[in-house]
Amino acid sequence: MIYVVIIFLWVALLLYLVMGGADFGAGIIEMFTSNKNKSRTRRIMYNAIGPIWEANHMWLIIAIVILFVGFPVIYATMSTYLHIPLTVMLMGIIARGTALTFRNYDAVHDNMQKIYNKIFVYSSFITPLFLGIIAGSAVSGRVDPQATTFMDAYIYSWLNWFSVAIGFFTVALCGFLAAIYLIGEANDDVERKSFIRKARLMNVAAVIAGSVVFIASVKENIPLVQWVFGNVIGIAAVSAATISLILLWYLIGKGKRFIIRVLAGFQMTMILLTTTYKHYPNIIILKNGGHLSLIEDQGAEKAIQSLGIALLVGSVFILPALFYLVWSFQQKPEQVDSDMHGH
Amino acid sequence: MDNFMAARSQMALSLGFHIIFSCIGMVMPFFMAVSHFLWLRTGNPVYQNITKAWSKGVAIFFATGAVSGTVLSFELGLLWPTFMKHAGPIFGMPFSLEGTAFFIEAIALGFFLYGWNRFNRWFHWFTGVVVGISGLLSGILVVAANAWMNSPSGFDLVDGKYTNIDPIKAMFNPAWFSQALHMSIAAFAATGFAVAGVHALMVMRKQNANFHLRAFKIAAIFGVIAAILQPLSGDISAKMVAKRQPAKLAAMEAHFETKPYSPLIIGGIPDVKNKKVDYAIELPGMLSFMVYDDFKTPVKGLDQIPEKDQPPIAVTHYAFQLMVALGMLMMGLGILYLIAIWKKKSWFDKRWFLKLFVWATPIGFIAVEAGWTVTEVGRQPWIIQGVMRTADAVTPMPGIGYSFYLFTAVYFTLSIAVIFLLYRQIKMVPEIYDNPNPVSK
Repeated sequence: MIYVVIIFLWVALLLYLVMGGADFGAGIIEMFTSNKNKSRTRRIMYNAIGPIWEANHMWLIIAIVILFVGFPVIYATMSTYLHIPLTVMLMGIIARGTALTFRNYDAVHDNMQKIYNKIFVYSSFITPLFLGIIAGSAVSGRVDPQATTFMDAYIYSWLNWFSVAIGFFTVALCGFLAAIYLIGEANDDVERKSFIRKARLMNVAAVIAGSVVFIASVKENIPLVQWVFGNVIGIAAVSAATISLILLWYLIGKGKRFIIRVLAGFQMTMILLTTTYKHYPNIIILKNGGHLSLIEDQGAEKAIQSLGIALLVGSVFILPALFYLVWSFQQKPEQVDSDMHGH
Repeated sequence: MDNFMAARSQMALSLGFHIIFSCIGMVMPFFMAVSHFLWLRTGNPVYQNITKAWSKGVAIFFATGAVSGTVLSFELGLLWPTFMKHAGPIFGMPFSLEGTAFFIEAIALGFFLYGWNRFNRWFHWFTGVVVGISGLLSGILVVAANAWMNSPSGFDLVDGKYTNIDPIKAMFNPAWFSQALHMSIAAFAATGFAVAGVHALMVMRKQNANFHLRAFKIAAIFGVIAAILQPLSGDISAKMVAKRQPAKLAAMEAHFETKPYSPLIIGGIPDVKNKKVDYAIELPGMLSFMVYDDFKTPVKGLDQIPEKDQPPIAVTHYAFQLMVALGMLMMGLGILYLIAIWKKKSWFDKRWFLKLFVWATPIGFIAVEAGWTVTEVGRQPWIIQGVMRTADAVTPMPGIGYSFYLFTAVYFTLSIAVIFLLYRQIKMVPEIYDNPNPVSK
């Protein structure tokens, strides 16, 4: 059963990266959109993510519940030593979720919209940045339960070049995902071209940020190169991601909206696979060379068992409903309820 | 600010904030389902308009409740890592199930909010009902987890190690039912009265009176029935507390002395130093009667509980008195409302009648906050009753005070924002929801 739980944790993280990531990315894209196109971009975006955005963020809750029920020591360690980035991320989540809702449901459309938009855009950037920092910190070997100073225990655990670079890499990935997704939602050629430009920009940003991650890993003595290229799975995944990226850019020109989305999702899967495979089952690497592992540090057997059953039963309800939701709103509506766009 | 007090304050603030949004988010879908049903059956467009107007409110409250709930799932670890390290696997079952229920709620809400004119009308209605049911289930599950902290079960503590873990038994701990029942009814009462009060005010102002009167009636009947049932569930809860947490009950009652014919103490100012209550009304034997169904059996008082295991007495006592008083007030209003329905239909046009409900707008939520104060403060100094002390569970990270100030600022701003948005929703009713000469629809 422990493997069922681990698979669910991994899939929840992947889906959060893909669905939640595209969601965050929509805000990042908005940030890089010229003022005159902003309201149009916003409308396309809202139609695309509106019905599903709440569900996108449930994956984070699923992942965190799996952690605290199944792997309490890991959860407790993370929340103690990464307290500060987690708090910043939470602030981002609060700001983003409420700003998005407020701007859609404010009955009066006036200058308040500008405030909502600002908050939404900045928090769409901050949240994945810190999510990336947290993920990077987990494996950067800076978490130190034996630390004696405040700085060592609670600041340097996450404030290092490597973690921050991963943060920016995550932001670029989110923006890329959103741009790819929105290409398929565009109503005309002008919009389409504009999203393709955004996707290209984000792709370049991701490559740059990714390179910085490698440079930072060398500077911080983190054996990232060995993790990624030191094993067959890593090399295979990186190659598959690269090939699918080339294919994606070839197909974008042909307007295959479904296939390019699948390819973008596939790349995320490969990236997550590469970055987690070599550590598995270790999830946090400590400063003293020790680690916290999904196998060694799992919770009580009965807890894992009932958690696994709850997840299996839950997915029987959730997955079909979620697919139906996504599918329903993929069908281009004949009449859009004017009510939903405000007045 | 002392780190421990800051952590407790931040937790209290976060729960106190979240509880309002989650109550409204879980109860209002039921109001919506009723008005939606009435629209589908009668074809009267005013019910469709009410449903749409409420659905905007639900979207606002749901989103705020969802983010503050997400925050709480992290805060448990951020503030109480030692607690979560041990308790996570034991009381995690309701949380894992709640994840599913909440997920379903989010999906159903997507269907409901964006599904107008898109789906079969009854399927669309049904998705709204699913929002309500899954929301209620989430609420019950989360309260079951809290009940475990009050009546821990499903594990053995051997030499400081938590063994023999049984998550199912932990979920169905002795207090789960009484607490979940009391909280669910409270959510209906508080939300019913709050929503009814707002609409009553608009009826009094004679703005879209037909729209608001119908909305008032739907909300009020939920609140009224819940308020009348609530004392029964309160009695069940009190008996459970007496059995599992005598210290909490003693603090609620400011019951200092263990003696036969234990009195029920109403109101008063507890004088903790001299172990007495000033200016209180004492009903001899009533506490014994309420707990044991006979007047004589003594109820355990604070004199039999070591001082280091006693909760803050004054806060618990005041909070409990406030909750009961407001509960009684709501029950009284409820009875009045039933009289109006059966015998005195003309009251619905009377200003004094509507005014009563306008004044009652916040009292349900004040009672909910007071009730949670009783539950949480009354459990102190324990985070897991009799097993782990709150002070031993707190994070080692210093400077939680700053985090508390930050959360206070954020939640304060959010509260203002939500009130502002609701005000605007209501202000725009004549234009958007109940327009006799629709322009853009």
